[in-house]
Amino acid sequence: MTDLSEPIAKPEHEDATVAPPLWLLAELTYRCPLHCVFCYNPVNYADHTRELDTDQWIDVLRQARALGAAQLGFSGGEPLLRDDLETLVGEARKLGFYTNLITSGIGLTEKRISALQDAGLDHIQLSFQDSSQELNDFLSSTKTFDYKKRVANLIKAHGFPMVLNCVLHRYNLPHIGRIIDMALAMGAEYLELANTQYYGWAHKNRAQLMPTKEQLDEAEAVVERYRGEIGDRCKIFFVVPDYYERRPKRCMNGWGSVFLGIAPDGAALPCHTARSLPGLTFPNVTDMSIKDIWYESDAFNRFRGFGWMKEPCRSCDEKAIDMGGCRCQAYLLTQDPANADPVCDKSPHHERVIEVVRAASARQEPQEQPIVFRNDANSKRIAAEASGSGSKEGEDKP
Amino acid sequence: MSDTNPTQRKQEAVEAPDDSLHPKLKRLFRLQWEPAQNAHVLLYPEGMVKLNQSASEILLRCDGTRDIPALVADLEQAFNATGLGDDVRAFIAGARARGWLE
Repeated sequence: MTDLSEPIAKPEHEDATVAPPLWLLAELTYRCPLHCVFCYNPVNYADHTRELDTDQWIDVLRQARALGAAQLGFSGGEPLLRDDLETLVGEARKLGFYTNLITSGIGLTEKRISALQDAGLDHIQLSFQDSSQELNDFLSSTKTFDYKKRVANLIKAHGFPMVLNCVLHRYNLPHIGRIIDMALAMGAEYLELANTQYYGWAHKNRAQLMPTKEQLDEAEAVVERYRGEIGDRCKIFFVVPDYYERRPKRCMNGWGSVFLGIAPDGAALPCHTARSLPGLTFPNVTDMSIKDIWYESDAFNRFRGFGWMKEPCRSCDEKAIDMGGCRCQAYLLTQDPANADPVCDKSPHHERVIEVVRAASARQEPQEQPIVFRNDANSKRIAAEASGSGSKEGEDKP
Repeated sequence: MSDTNPTQRKQEAVEAPDDSLHPKLKRLFRLQWEPAQNAHVLLYPEGMVKLNQSASEILLRCDGTRDIPALVADLEQAFNATGLGDDVRAFIAGARARGWLE
C-alpha cells in the first residue's frame, strides 16, 4: 500500500519553469438575468452563492497583475449585476490590464457605460442568442432582444469597438446569414460565431443543441461567402464544434499554461468549467496567494505538461500540439479526466463522440426531453439529484 | 518574437504602403511594456501579441504623426543605422494586413 504521507511527485513539466498566467478571468457573480440553455457555468451554481467583495477582488487583480497577467475579462453570470464593476475596472486599468467586459448587456445604461468608459474600460463583448426576437428570447428565457439592440447602439455611440458574440447550435445555425446581417447593420467590427461547447448547462441540453453535420457545413459555407463579400469591414470568427473534429482542441492552451479563472466565491480554476471535475480541490484566493495557487497548488499542477498523460497521449507524437485536449470533456465522456479527450480518433472512447453526432443527424427535430433553462430552481434540483444518486454533476452515464 | 512578426510572413502578398500614409495604431489596440515577459506586447480584445524589439520600436512610432519616410528617418537616427526603409515598409504592410493599423 502506498504511504499516503509521502508527497506526490510533481508532474514533469514541458519546461523546468512554469510560465506566468497571462489571462485572468474574473467571474464576478453567478447571478444572471438570463437563463441561457447553453451556459457553461456549473449546473450546481446555486450551491455557490458567496461572492468576493470589492477589496478581495482588487487584491486578486493586484496579485495576478504582479505575476504577469495582462488580459482581464470581467464575466459571470452577468458582471453588470455587481455595482462595484466600475471600481474594479478603474483599478484594473490603473494596474495596466487590458480590460474586457463580457456581458449580455442587461443593466448597461447610458450612465453606467459612461462611468465604465471613464474608468478606462477597453472593450465590450455583447452576446446575442439569435437574429430573431423569438429565438433570442426563447433561448435566454427572457424578453431581452430589443434591449440588447439598444445596448448595441449605446456601445457604438460611445465609440467602443463593437464585438458581438453569438453561441451557435441546432436552433440558430440555419439563421447564420441573418445573424451576420444583424452584426453588419449594428456596425460590429468583430463577430464571434462560437459553436456551443458542451459543458455545464450546454452538456445538460446536448441532445437538443447538437447540430447536424449538414447544418454545420451549410453555416460554414455562408460564413465563407460573407467573408469574401464584406472584406475588412467586420472580422468573423467561426469556432467549430469539436465533436465534429478528429483531433481535440488545445484546451486553454494547456492546463495551468496561460489561463487563470477566479469563480465568484474565490475558487481558482485552470479553466472555466474545471469545477465539474472530481478529485480536485480548487484553492481559494481567500486562503492562498495567487502565486502559490499558480505555481504550487495540486489543482494547477495536476494536468500541467505531459507527466499526467496516459496512453494513447503519452506516446503520441502530437501531444505537444493539443496537450491531450480538454480535461473536462475527457471526464464528461469517459469518467476519467486523465484520459485522452475522446474527440481524438486515437482515443479508445472516440465512439462516444461518434454516437452523439450520429444521434444528432438521425433526429429531424429536437425533442425527447424538455430543454433545461439555467435558473436557480433547476440548479438546486440538479444538485439535489446528483447528491441523491451519488453521481457527479453533468456526468454521462457509461 | 518568432511567428508573430509580420515581416517574416513573406508569403503573404501585401502591397507596400503609400509613403504619405501616417500609420497609427487602431484604437482597439494597446502597446505596452510587460516586465514579466521582458517585452512590449500588443493587447487587443481577448488577445495579445509579444513583440520583438524592432517590431515594438516601429509600432511605438505609429502614432499618426509621421509619414513613412519620417518614420524610417526617425528609426535610422535612433539606432544609428541606414537602409531600414525596406524592412520598415514590409513590417507596416504586414501590420496593416493584420488589422493593427488605421
